[in-house]
Amino acid sequence: MTTTADELTIERRGHARSAARRRTNFVIFLGPAIVLTVLFFVVPVIIDIAVSFTDLSRSLRISEFTTEQYEKVFRTDRRLSQVITLTFIYVFGTLAIFNVTFGLILAITTTAIRKVSGSFFRGVWLLPRMSPSVLYILLWLWAVSPTEAGLVNQVLMQAFGLDAPLDLLTSAPIALIIISNGFIGASMGMIIFTAAIRGIPEHLFHAAAVDGAGTFAKVRFITLPALRWPISFVTIYQTLSLLVSFEYILLLTKGGPFYDTTVYALYVYRRAFESGQYGYGAALALFLIVIGVVVALIGWRFFDMERLLQRPRIEVH
Amino acid sequence: MAKIEFRNVVKRFGDVEVIPDMNLVIEDGEFVALLGPSGCGKSTSLFMLAGIYLPSGGELLFDGHVVNEVEARDRNVGIVFQSYALYPHMSVRDNILFPLRFKKTPRDEALARVKAAADLVRVEELLDRRPSELSGGQQQRVALARALVKEPKLLLLDEPLSNLDASLRLSMRTEIKSLHAQLGVTTVLVTHDQIEATTMADRIICMRAGRIEQVGTPDDLYLKPSSLFVASFIGSPPINLIAGEADGGTVSVNDVRFPVDGASGSVTVGLRPEHLRFSNTGFAGRIAQIEPMGREILYVVETGMGAVRVLEQGSAAGHSTGEEVRIGFQPENSLVFATKGQKLIAGAHVRAPI
Ligand SMILES: Nc1ncnc2c1ncn2[C@@H]1O[C@H](COP(=O)(O)OP(=O)(O)OP(=O)(O)O)[C@@H](O)[C@H]1O
Ligand SMILES: [Mg+2]
Repeated sequence: MTTTADELTIERRGHARSAARRRTNFVIFLGPAIVLTVLFFVVPVIIDIAVSFTDLSRSLRISEFTTEQYEKVFRTDRRLSQVITLTFIYVFGTLAIFNVTFGLILAITTTAIRKVSGSFFRGVWLLPRMSPSVLYILLWLWAVSPTEAGLVNQVLMQAFGLDAPLDLLTSAPIALIIISNGFIGASMGMIIFTAAIRGIPEHLFHAAAVDGAGTFAKVRFITLPALRWPISFVTIYQTLSLLVSFEYILLLTKGGPFYDTTVYALYVYRRAFESGQYGYGAALALFLIVIGVVVALIGWRFFDMERLLQRPRIEVH
Repeated sequence: MAKIEFRNVVKRFGDVEVIPDMNLVIEDGEFVALLGPSGCGKSTSLFMLAGIYLPSGGELLFDGHVVNEVEARDRNVGIVFQSYALYPHMSVRDNILFPLRFKKTPRDEALARVKAAADLVRVEELLDRRPSELSGGQQQRVALARALVKEPKLLLLDEPLSNLDASLRLSMRTEIKSLHAQLGVTTVLVTHDQIEATTMADRIICMRAGRIEQVGTPDDLYLKPSSLFVASFIGSPPINLIAGEADGGTVSVNDVRFPVDGASGSVTVGLRPEHLRFSNTGFAGRIAQIEPMGREILYVVETGMGAVRVLEQGSAAGHSTGEEVRIGFQPENSLVFATKGQKLIAGAHVRAPI
């Protein structure tokens, strides 16, 4: 015969076991992610903060703890405002023209044409993303080479009768970094938007066609509303990655001529590793980290990212 | 309103010929049902009428004009899809309004028409909701309102009732029928449910594997099915089909002999359960199973020819399982099909053995 007390003990033991199980699950599932976050985010941030309060430089010796680096950021570094303006132009230009708009156009057109040709074009657009950055930029350097051998100059001179070759690297460097980044950046939007477009039930397009919608009306009333969340996602994600990445610019223009194409992240790099001002680089980098976290949080709230992570509401019978 | 005509219409998807050769006339203002099993090409035919699919061959005519190449948006048809296909991000009002956007209807008039259409299908209370906040039946009504708001000359319904529960289906059946009577718009209903087809449509087009098997009124299809396929598709519970050999005025099925007029060779005898009755004469059997169906009772009777279904009026079973019975019928209710070719042999009937 079991008494109530016995039953209670059994039940409590059950609870204890499920609580233990929950704890193990937590460690198993989230453990790796937490370890990685701590190793590659929390620890570096702490080191960065520590270094930013020192005068660490090329000699790699810390002689004093100081707030001098922050004074430099806010008071004496005159170049910083130019760098920040350029960063805005670069990030929003690339994002607005290529990563979202062009990605969207690619996704819409390649899903509208025949399946085989659509996949082929998307495959071609993905190639540069899969090739090493150095190779990709080498091709660009050849394309915009300021001699008659450069691809752009060949086209301009032979087809449009231009007299002397152009030097785009010095005359239009900002446009060049936006275009070279955008060509690759657009492919991510393209893939995500393509998947989302594929997920729209076909009968919605049929219904719209019968209701009188033409091609553009179908895009406007069916496709774009269904892409609201993917567009938000790509915008946030790409803003962050454009803010922090600079390898294409470094390879293509080295930030020049002079500081003309030095975006913030590259500026940090140049300060720290070219001029050897590690302390100052660390202080600058801290702002990038703060901006990154803030953008991510704003995005989370503003674009309703939580809903993006939920199950789709589209009804399939 | 429009008169519709299919002339040798062919539809292929790549190498697959889904509709080999379709010929059909639907009169102005008629309510017809396309009836057939899953995959027989009902939706494909409907989508060709809507302009969603273009015919691969032949001619499709609206009021005598070939519309093969006319785009969906220029055909002025209304369609309700099997899954309703309401625009998920628009309110019910905007959904119903959508077709009018492209007709340059003045805003006031458009809203008045939305209101009228919503009243017609009784969704006026729901105009501000999203489709995801509606029940299946409500979504179906909204889809109907969206199809009707532009005053189409042809209304297409693709299995509109298949997602509804039994009682809602019954009431929507009546409502769609009375809407048709009220508006007089030519209507094509696609369904695989024979009861839906027989209760709603003036005429039924029975399809099988992309071909029209028979066209006729519900009575035609029930009383004179042109083939075994139609006979077995129409009627519930399904018709009893008994294969035998006709020779010298009798059809022999195992040891049972039916006197027959007008048939010889291999035949299949069709006897509807509701036409069979227990009597003192007829073929013998033993009741194996009793299924009460409310106002009727279905008996499954084991006979020398296999299981035979008998439907009896009344709510209380007059017989019990295991009982030995004899089954008779009126000769004019019997159908005889040639087993080869599966076509009805017109005028041929069998009589119950004595
Ligand atoms: N877009 C398409 N591409 C290739 N084959 C198709 C396509 N649409 C339909 N089919 C084929 O055509 C045939 C008829 O399809 P259809 O949708 O007209 O059937 P249905 O009679 O409406 O069936 P259900 O009752 O299941 O809806 C099927 O065999 C189907 O596989
Ligand atoms: Mg169908």
